[in-house]
Amino acid sequence: MDMQILVNDEHHDVTAASLAALLDELGYDATARIATAVDGCFVAASRRAAHPLHDGARVEILAPMQGG
Amino acid sequence: MTLFYGTELSSRLMLGTAQYPSPEILADAVRRAGAGVVTVSLRREAAGTRAGQAFWALIRELDVPVLPNTAGCHTVREAVTTAQMAREVFGTDWIKLEVIGESDTLQPDMFALVEAARILTEDGFKVFPYMTEDLVGAERLLRAGCEVLMPWGAPIGSGKGLNNLFGLRALRAHFPDVPMVVDAGIGVPSHAAQAMELGYDAVLINTAVAKAGNPAEMARAFAMAVEAGRMAYVADPMEERDMAVPSTPVIGQAVL
Repeated sequence: MDMQILVNDEHHDVTAASLAALLDELGYDATARIATAVDGCFVAASRRAAHPLHDGARVEILAPMQGG
Repeated sequence: MTLFYGTELSSRLMLGTAQYPSPEILADAVRRAGAGVVTVSLRREAAGTRAGQAFWALIRELDVPVLPNTAGCHTVREAVTTAQMAREVFGTDWIKLEVIGESDTLQPDMFALVEAARILTEDGFKVFPYMTEDLVGAERLLRAGCEVLMPWGAPIGSGKGLNNLFGLRALRAHFPDVPMVVDAGIGVPSHAAQAMELGYDAVLINTAVAKAGNPAEMARAFAMAVEAGRMAYVADPMEERDMAVPSTPVIGQAVL
């Protein structure tokens, strides 16, 4: 069943039931250096497979960037 | 020797990595600065966009310790979550903690900063708090577990130099043993030298190098200023006086 999820503030219709499956469905490379949060809370890489998603979940996917 | 959470840095110049004309110029500036630390951040990245991965590869190649920041965070929760994400991505428990309270000056929210610092130090982070030069705030941050302080010189990106010399002198005098870094607002190398002459242990520069006409050359100029300022501080500068005192001996002067 499709769920609507907000990924970095953009709507996505996905079938993934877990955060790990979502990253896979969205085409993130398994080796990519990224960090994830769901509904404002950090989810460690080791816990992504066990982290369930719900309809309307807000997912943030962040990568290294220049900073001051 | 100054230790930042037990680590001695190879240089007292910390360099930001944002706003350079190109990755090549950034790399050149970091090398010419001989930077002891480079600051980095986290931003959203879509799948397939490899900008973040390419940036990370560049930083790894430079082989300089990284200090991730929580730039752009306005609440305790945002800052804490960003710090947790940064720890995983960059593989370090160092965090430059920014919690912004006012958007025109990007002034730190000292109340939220203290709360976020307490949560993060209890979670094992080594917090570098971006703060105003407030003495009471500094005391609270130390009590919250911070072992380094980072007062601003002036608003981020303003290049105005050290806006409150009295405040920065007082802060240095009150906490003589705490490693302290002047972060933000420095515009030219003389500002950096001044911070070092006051006894600050390091300075953090970004815009002043990145937005110079020749960033790599400016990076080198900052490195020299930081070294000169530190050397002057250690050499114990003379006291300032209001009246002239002849430097050439008066005794033995001819009467003509």
